[in-house]
Amino acid sequence: MSDLTHQIPERIPIHLVVNGVNHTLDLVPWTTLLDALRDHLALSGTKKGCDHGQCGACTVLVNGRRVNSCLTLAVMKDGAEITTVEGLAKDGALHPVQQAFIDHDAFQCGYCTPGQICSAAGLLAEGRARDADEIRELMSGNLCRCGAYPNIVAAIQQAMGQP
Amino acid sequence: MNNFQYARATDVADAIRLLAADLGAKLIAGGTNLIDLMKENVERPSRLIDISRLPLRNVEETADGSLRIGALVPNSDLAYHPLIEQRYPLLASAILAGASAQLRNMASVGGNLMQRTRCPYFYDTATPCNKRNPGSGCSAMDGLNRNHAILGTSAACIATNPSDMSVALAALGALVHIAGPSGERTIALTDFHRLPGNTPHVDTNLGTGEIITAIELPPHGFAQNYSYLKIRDRMSYAFALVSVAAALELEGNAISGARVAVGGVAHKPWRSLEAETALRGQAATPDHFSHAADLLLQGATSRSHNGFKVELARRAIVRTLAQAANATPQSQAHKKIA
Amino acid sequence: MNAYIGTPTSRVDGRAKVTGAAKYAGEFPAGGLVHGFVVEATIPCGRIATIDASETLKVKGVLDVLTHANRPPLADKDEAWKDEVAPEGSPFRPLYDDKIKFNGQPIALVIAEDWESAKFAATLVRVEYEQQGFATDLEGERSKAAEKDRPHKPRGDAAAALARADVRHEADYVIPTEHHNPMELYATTAIWESDGKLTIYDKTQGVQNVHKFLCTVFDKKPDDIRVVSPYVGGAFGSGLRPQYQVVLATLGALALKRSVRVVLTRQQMYGLGYRPMTIERVGLGAKSDGTLDAVTHEAIAVTSRYEDFARNDTGWAEQLYSSPNSRFSHKLVHLDVSTPCDMRAPGAASGVCALECAMDELSVALKLDPIELRLKCYSDRDQSENLPYTSKQLHECYARGAEAFGWSRRSPAPRSMRDGKELVGWGMATGVWEALQMPVAVRIVLTSNGHAEVSCAASDIGTGTYTIVAQVAADALGLPIENISVRLADSTLPQAPVEGGSWMAASSAHAVLAAAEEVRKELLGLAGKMPGSPLAGAELADTALIDGSIARADDNSRAVTIADAMRHGGVERIEKEKLNQFAEDKKHARNTHSAVFAEVRVDEELGIIRVTRIVSAVAAGRILNTKTGRSQIMGGVVWGIGMALHEETVMDHRFGRIMNANIAEYHIPVNADVHDIDVIFVDEADAHINKLGVKGLGEIGIVGVPASIANAVYHATGKRIRRFPITLDKVLD
Repeated sequence: MSDLTHQIPERIPIHLVVNGVNHTLDLVPWTTLLDALRDHLALSGTKKGCDHGQCGACTVLVNGRRVNSCLTLAVMKDGAEITTVEGLAKDGALHPVQQAFIDHDAFQCGYCTPGQICSAAGLLAEGRARDADEIRELMSGNLCRCGAYPNIVAAIQQAMGQP
Repeated sequence: MNNFQYARATDVADAIRLLAADLGAKLIAGGTNLIDLMKENVERPSRLIDISRLPLRNVEETADGSLRIGALVPNSDLAYHPLIEQRYPLLASAILAGASAQLRNMASVGGNLMQRTRCPYFYDTATPCNKRNPGSGCSAMDGLNRNHAILGTSAACIATNPSDMSVALAALGALVHIAGPSGERTIALTDFHRLPGNTPHVDTNLGTGEIITAIELPPHGFAQNYSYLKIRDRMSYAFALVSVAAALELEGNAISGARVAVGGVAHKPWRSLEAETALRGQAATPDHFSHAADLLLQGATSRSHNGFKVELARRAIVRTLAQAANATPQSQAHKKIA
Repeated sequence: MNAYIGTPTSRVDGRAKVTGAAKYAGEFPAGGLVHGFVVEATIPCGRIATIDASETLKVKGVLDVLTHANRPPLADKDEAWKDEVAPEGSPFRPLYDDKIKFNGQPIALVIAEDWESAKFAATLVRVEYEQQGFATDLEGERSKAAEKDRPHKPRGDAAAALARADVRHEADYVIPTEHHNPMELYATTAIWESDGKLTIYDKTQGVQNVHKFLCTVFDKKPDDIRVVSPYVGGAFGSGLRPQYQVVLATLGALALKRSVRVVLTRQQMYGLGYRPMTIERVGLGAKSDGTLDAVTHEAIAVTSRYEDFARNDTGWAEQLYSSPNSRFSHKLVHLDVSTPCDMRAPGAASGVCALECAMDELSVALKLDPIELRLKCYSDRDQSENLPYTSKQLHECYARGAEAFGWSRRSPAPRSMRDGKELVGWGMATGVWEALQMPVAVRIVLTSNGHAEVSCAASDIGTGTYTIVAQVAADALGLPIENISVRLADSTLPQAPVEGGSWMAASSAHAVLAAAEEVRKELLGLAGKMPGSPLAGAELADTALIDGSIARADDNSRAVTIADAMRHGGVERIEKEKLNQFAEDKKHARNTHSAVFAEVRVDEELGIIRVTRIVSAVAAGRILNTKTGRSQIMGGVVWGIGMALHEETVMDHRFGRIMNANIAEYHIPVNADVHDIDVIFVDEADAHINKLGVKGLGEIGIVGVPASIANAVYHATGKRIRRFPITLDKVLD
């Protein structure tokens, strides 16, 4: 085996704006945005449910777009603006999606919830979902094992101002 | 993940230079498939060349009415691009049938073409797989092969290509623009992916050191009569068992042009010129659709668990052609099959 | 007064969960925390010949590689490894010795300064095995099935009755292996405290179970270890037993004298427990009038070589359907796999699925409406012990469910309802579960400012325990719910069993009542001594806590505020802890019931099945919280949809290896799979079961759902699929 086999890649300095706060980090390039948030910035609100883009628990907004942070290398997002679940409430007032999730009991264990909420915030910004079926389809990248889906749809409808 | 170096390409030439300098290097854009495979230790690049900031994000009309799509346009941006929605709704539909909203926001057009198979043995480094480890054998052949290929298989591999977008691109006759150490070239999408043959580890005809720069859609987008039907084990966020992209040109009820591509059945999107020719000049009726389906599925073979796919594909082709003919394309959100 | 009990109170932990503030086991920080990554076996049976970590140890930041050869001491005796819900046998012990018992077994723990380095370094561990012959295929090994137990005594002569039946139905139903796949990855953060004690943040359904287990496995005193688990990201039974990551994290912490976190990957979680594959053979013999004369039910289930995991799959007909003759049997086949474990409605989810599909088949053979058949066979007694129920409003479930669903508009013949290219199918099934209750202790600390802290070691795995404890405490103490803070899931808190079996709602609620009564007793003592007290001479039973006061129950105006009583008595806080034990009642059977109605639409050509409507009518006593309760049933229904149509752990028996160990190809329902779910709680007053008449909701939601969908698929297509899940290839002609 060559010496390279057990070497760890060199760290690279990057800059992220997370929930409006500037951070400079020295990261090994294999560090995902998810691990950067959870392990390096102590923002554990963003969840790891599969680490392979199969569950959506890690959903965050990067420059306003919802993405799976587990399949995103942090170094590739140097300079980006990241919004996590911790950054949605403003001055103690919950984001309309957060409030709607409480009102409609759109979660049980709460583990997929940050991803669902960030995904729903992204969905609202995209403006592509007009009816319940479209919400269901466009929220299908967020698994909920507790089975709160109908309540999640109702919560998003409330946040959209639909009856 | 293995130890890899990271480099950010400054332009296409730089990316090509970086690729040439390291045979183990791989390009990364959206990363949705590559990072997944790196976490499984299936892909072990020595270097990742980040091309995500290259200026390949334009969608522009060319002089002859074609549409040139930069390789880095995110899947969702493409699906929702007004020109795609209006002129190539088949492509929009196929893209929206794939993955999830988040993944579509991340994945690039070029990366989508490079996605690798979902064969479980390919993903599991503890099992033999000719695609991952040439010469080790194909575990799927006599193993779990419910979602494996029925067309174009070889003794070495029965994996399928999992892309939805590619199926529509194949039907639309898209071209792939490539740049490499020896200049630029263009190949048809249908020639881009390979059949497994004896070299299933080689998915595409992209040469060493080459990079996809753009996809080109010919002027005719079949915007009137098209449909993309994806059949899978749950209603969303699952890979296709079978998918069909159908596009028709109709004069009255007569077919003047037809394109059909089938996904989930082979190592590449499956088209049959014979089937499309047979449709031309015929009335748009189930009988003719059925005949075309038979021609498309000529030579289909199955293994122990995927025999159902032959008949499923046949019916799906007929149904999708009918949806196209009736101008009732399949909605990707409303799940009742039109 | 019930200001909160029975109301749709929003979750008290809701804000923490929607803001990301709720911390789960793998999220607790610690100074100098290091990370362990598990190396798994890639063969199902044999031994480790060599394990070489020399390359791994060269990786910068790697601190240690623990294997069976170099680990700190672990207990040797089986008894030390038996947790409170362990089945019979010799429990699995991670890194104990060189033996490989199942594919995916942990064989080494690589510990490094950071998680990514540990994961990378783990790929460099070189292992050589001595493989041994193995078997993992239940159907292939069916002939080796041996009877484990008989869930209920046989009654009459079922074989003879079945043979002479006017109408007979006998069939095998096959339920595949399924995995819980809670969204949270299994994780433990073992914090090495300055005094050498350990605080263990663990993903578990029972902190005290894990605590006792760790103390015996590591030969520690109770004070040396504290187990905490304030939030659990789903578990569904997978966290009833201590899972191996808690042993590994503790081993790591002891070896390094540092804080260690171990988080399993999604793939590794397929090496934990699962719902065992079963072959359920059901026989029903009926008279031509539709009454049952014989019920037989035999289950053949997979278990590991080292433990006998067996649940009550069979025998549910004893609660549901009157039959003079019955015989039930549970058989096991030992295979080279890990031990199964409880998974939402263990036994019933599978067994009742088979029974209710069989009842549907019988109704077809008898040309009887499926509800009518069930009413003809309706049993008012649990036949196994010949006992009446504390309450059983199943007939109301049938009536209310059928009405809400529109069952009367069903055209009975298969393939007789359609909508364009879709065949429409309406099916129904019955659900049943036990109403269990366990001893639980609760501590209440009431302060004179009218706030109370209520604490208990019980877990909230998403089930709503925080909320119902707060509701019951608020009502019992006569305080607004905002004044109640609830602490759960810390092994140092008052006694609670694992959270499972649907027993925690009733058990914790009554413990709160019992502790609150102690508080009231003390308050009465204080208030009664006040000069001119309106409560002078009042008996405890004649008082209640209402609106921040202790008052006479028959005249609320005769009251003393809590603040006044405590001030007068010179006490700042009243702290009471009480263990509640339910009186034994051998004269009643205790069950919850449901009637589930499903509508499916099946594309006739393509076989695509859409579940468009479910109505679940549930009789489960009094519902403590109609909001979270409805969600729990809804969640069970979604599980039932998955069980019916999607879920299957697929193993390649040539390798003894699970080939869809992920959540892309192990399909659970996504949002687009789930449409209208109508949950109806049928009024079911229950004066026998417990003071509040509460039964529990965690399991009943799933039971019956898979069968209702399978029966709807039959009604739509005329095809009877007895092998689950019902994927489209099975309904294609």
